[in-house]
Amino acid sequence: MSKTFRKGGGHPSDNKLSRADEVERMPLPQTVVIPLSQHIGAPATAVVAKGDRVKVGQLIGEAAGFVSSNVHSSVSGTVLSVDAVPDLGGVRRQAVTIKVEGDEWAEGIDLDGSLRRECTLSPAEIIDKVKEAGVVGMGGAQFPTHVKLSIPQGKRAEYLLINGAECEPYLTSDHRVMLERGEELLAGVKILAKALGVGKSYIGIENNKPDAVAHLRKLAAGDAEVEVIALRARYPQGGEKQLIDAVLGREVPSGGLPIDVGCVVQNVDTALAVYEAVQKNKPLVERVVTVTGKSVERHANLLVRIGTPLQAILDYCGGMPEDTGKVINGGPMMGKAVANLDSVVTKGTSGIVLMRDDEAERRKSGGACIKCAKCVRGCPMGLEPYYLFKLGVRGRLTEMEGYWAADCIECGLCSWVCPANLPLLDYIRLGKVEVMRIMRERKG
Amino acid sequence: MNETLIAVLTTAGALVGLGVFSAAVLYLVSLKFKVDEDPRIDTVEALLSGANCGGCGLPGCRGLAEMLVGEDDISKLYCPPAGADTMGQIATMLGKAAPAREPSVAVVRCAGSYARRERTNRYDGAGSCAVAAALYGGETGCTFGCLSEGDCVRACPFDAIHMNPETGLPEVVDEKCTACGKCVTACPKALIELRRQGARNRRVCVTCRNRDKGAVARKVCEVACIACGKCVKACTFDAIVLENNLAFIDSHKCKLCRKCVPECPTGAIEETGFPARKEEKETV
Repeated sequence: MSKTFRKGGGHPSDNKLSRADEVERMPLPQTVVIPLSQHIGAPATAVVAKGDRVKVGQLIGEAAGFVSSNVHSSVSGTVLSVDAVPDLGGVRRQAVTIKVEGDEWAEGIDLDGSLRRECTLSPAEIIDKVKEAGVVGMGGAQFPTHVKLSIPQGKRAEYLLINGAECEPYLTSDHRVMLERGEELLAGVKILAKALGVGKSYIGIENNKPDAVAHLRKLAAGDAEVEVIALRARYPQGGEKQLIDAVLGREVPSGGLPIDVGCVVQNVDTALAVYEAVQKNKPLVERVVTVTGKSVERHANLLVRIGTPLQAILDYCGGMPEDTGKVINGGPMMGKAVANLDSVVTKGTSGIVLMRDDEAERRKSGGACIKCAKCVRGCPMGLEPYYLFKLGVRGRLTEMEGYWAADCIECGLCSWVCPANLPLLDYIRLGKVEVMRIMRERKG
Repeated sequence: MNETLIAVLTTAGALVGLGVFSAAVLYLVSLKFKVDEDPRIDTVEALLSGANCGGCGLPGCRGLAEMLVGEDDISKLYCPPAGADTMGQIATMLGKAAPAREPSVAVVRCAGSYARRERTNRYDGAGSCAVAAALYGGETGCTFGCLSEGDCVRACPFDAIHMNPETGLPEVVDEKCTACGKCVTACPKALIELRRQGARNRRVCVTCRNRDKGAVARKVCEVACIACGKCVKACTFDAIVLENNLAFIDSHKCKLCRKCVPECPTGAIEETGFPARKEEKETV
C-alpha cells in the first residue's frame, strides 16, 4: 500500500488530459506585462523606467525587504510603461509592460543546455544566488525561496521534501518537468539539500504518475541521499503539511511551519529553478504552464515567459472554445477564476484550465447544512468546516479563532464534497483573514 | 380502600410540603441576593428604539439605558434611531443636559448602475459582498464600486435600504434610515457614508469612490469622478477637497448652493431632495 496522509482528503477525477504532451516552447508574445508583486511579501521596487531598453534576465524590480523577491525581465525590448495594471481579479497592481524586440539575453547567463552537477558554493552563497534570481515557490503560493532556505536560529532541518505530488486535477506541468528535466531537477535537489545542510531528501510523487516515479528512481539509483516515494493519489497531497505527513508521518503543529518538525518542502519546479539560478546564473523568467480543458482544441504543456498574457496563450492553443464558462489560473480546486484575460502568467501559474459552462456553473444550494459531516471527514486539517461556515455567515468572524480557522489551507475540499453545495470555503476564508489579522495584531 | 386513600394523601401532602419548602428557600435566596436596579433604566429603555442596532456604540439598548442613567455627563451618548426629540425627553426626565447631534442619513456613494458601468465578467459565488470582495475586484472594471450582493440590505435592522434590481445599486429610504451605521460597517467597499441630513432633506454628494486616475476611472464607468477639480473651483464655501483622485464634499460646510453640480463633466455629483431645476435660459 502506498503512503499517503492520514487526515481527510479526497480524490476528484484526475482529468490529466495533457499528461503525454511534451513541453514545447511557446513563441514570444508581442508584449509582456510583468507584475512587480509575484510573491508573498512586499512588492518589488521598479528599477527601470518608460523607454528603457531591457534584455532577458535583466533586473527590473528589486526586492523591497527580506520577505520579497527580485523580478527580472523575461524578454528583450523596450519598457512601455511602469504603471498599475489590472491583475487576474481586476485589481490594479504595479507592473512593467515591455514591448518584445528580438530575444537578447543579459550577459553572464549560461544558455548552454549541458548538465552541471558539481556545486562548490557554500550554503550562504547558494541562498544569495537564489535570492538574486528571484526564485519563489512555483507550486502556487509564491513564497520567496530564499526565505524558506534561511533556517531561523535554534531550528534545524533534517529532511528536504520535494513536492512532485501534483494533486490538482488537470495540471501536468510538474509531471512533464519530472519526466523531461529529471537530471537537472535532481541536481537542483542536491543544491537545495546542500543549502539546508540536510542529509536526506525525499521526492514525493503520486502514483497516478508511475512513469515519473520510475524515471526519477532510475536517475536517483545509487544515490542513498535521495529517495523517490510513490504516494497514493489523494487531494490535497501537495499541501506541504500533508506531504510531510504522507512521507514522514510527522504532523506540523497548529500555527507551526514545516521547519518545526525538521522539514523544508519545495516544489519540483522550484528545485529546477534553483538549479538554473545557481548553476546557470539564469533568473526565473520562464516556466512550464499546462493549458487544458475538455473543450480546448489543443491541450499542451508550454514553456512560457513570465508576463505572457493569457489571451496570447489561448490564441496559441487554438482560441477559447465557445462553451467556456470559466478560465482558471491554476488547478480547478485551488486556482482562481480569471476575470480578465489580459492578466498574465506569473511565477506561480502552473496551469490555465478552461472549464465548460456545464462544469463551471455553481450548483444551486438550498442554503442549509444537512449535517452529514462529509466536510469534517474530508478536511485534511481536521477542522469543522460546517461550523466555521455558520460563524462566517453570521459575521461572527472573531470567534472562528477558537475553531482553528487560521489552520485552514484553503484546499476547497469541504466545498467540493458538500452535498448541499454550500460555499463553505468562501466564508471560512473571510474568517481566516480576520483571525490572522487579529493574531498579527496581538503579536504586535 | 383505606390504604389507597392514605397513599394518595401522603403523596399529595409530600408534594405540597416540598412546594412550600422550595418557595420558602427561593424567597429567602431572592432576599439575600437582591440586586437593586434603578427603575429608571427600564423607563429609558422603553423609550429607545429596541432594535439593538449598536448605533450608539454600546451592546444593545439596555447597555445605553444603563449608561444614560448611570453617567453624569451624557453628551457623548446618543441613540440615532430615537432621534433628538426622544433624547431630549430622556434627558429632561433624568435631569441632565440633552446630548445633541445633527440628524444624519446613510448615503450610497456609487452611481455605477448596470447601464453606466459595463459588466466584464459574471460573479456566481456566494451571495455576499464580503465574499466577493475577498475574491476579486468585481463584475465591472471598477474595483471600488458597488458589488450589488446586498450586504448592506441584510445588515439594516430598520428595512431602510433596498436593492434596486434595475440599477444593481442599493437605495436608502430616508424616512426609515436612523443613521445607526450598520450598513457603513457592512459594506466592504466603504461606499456608504453617514451624511448630515440637510435642510429639508436636501443634499449634494459626490457619488463615486474610485481612487484610480481620472482616465482609468472614466473608462470603466460613465459617472466616475475624474478628479478634474472643477467643482473645487466652483465652490465658494471651501466645502470640496480633492484627495486620492477623488472629490469630497464636506456636508458640514456645504451650503447646498448646487453650483458644483452642473460643473461636473461626468455627472458624478448627485443632488437629492431639491425641486426640479428651472430650464436654463439659452443665450442666443
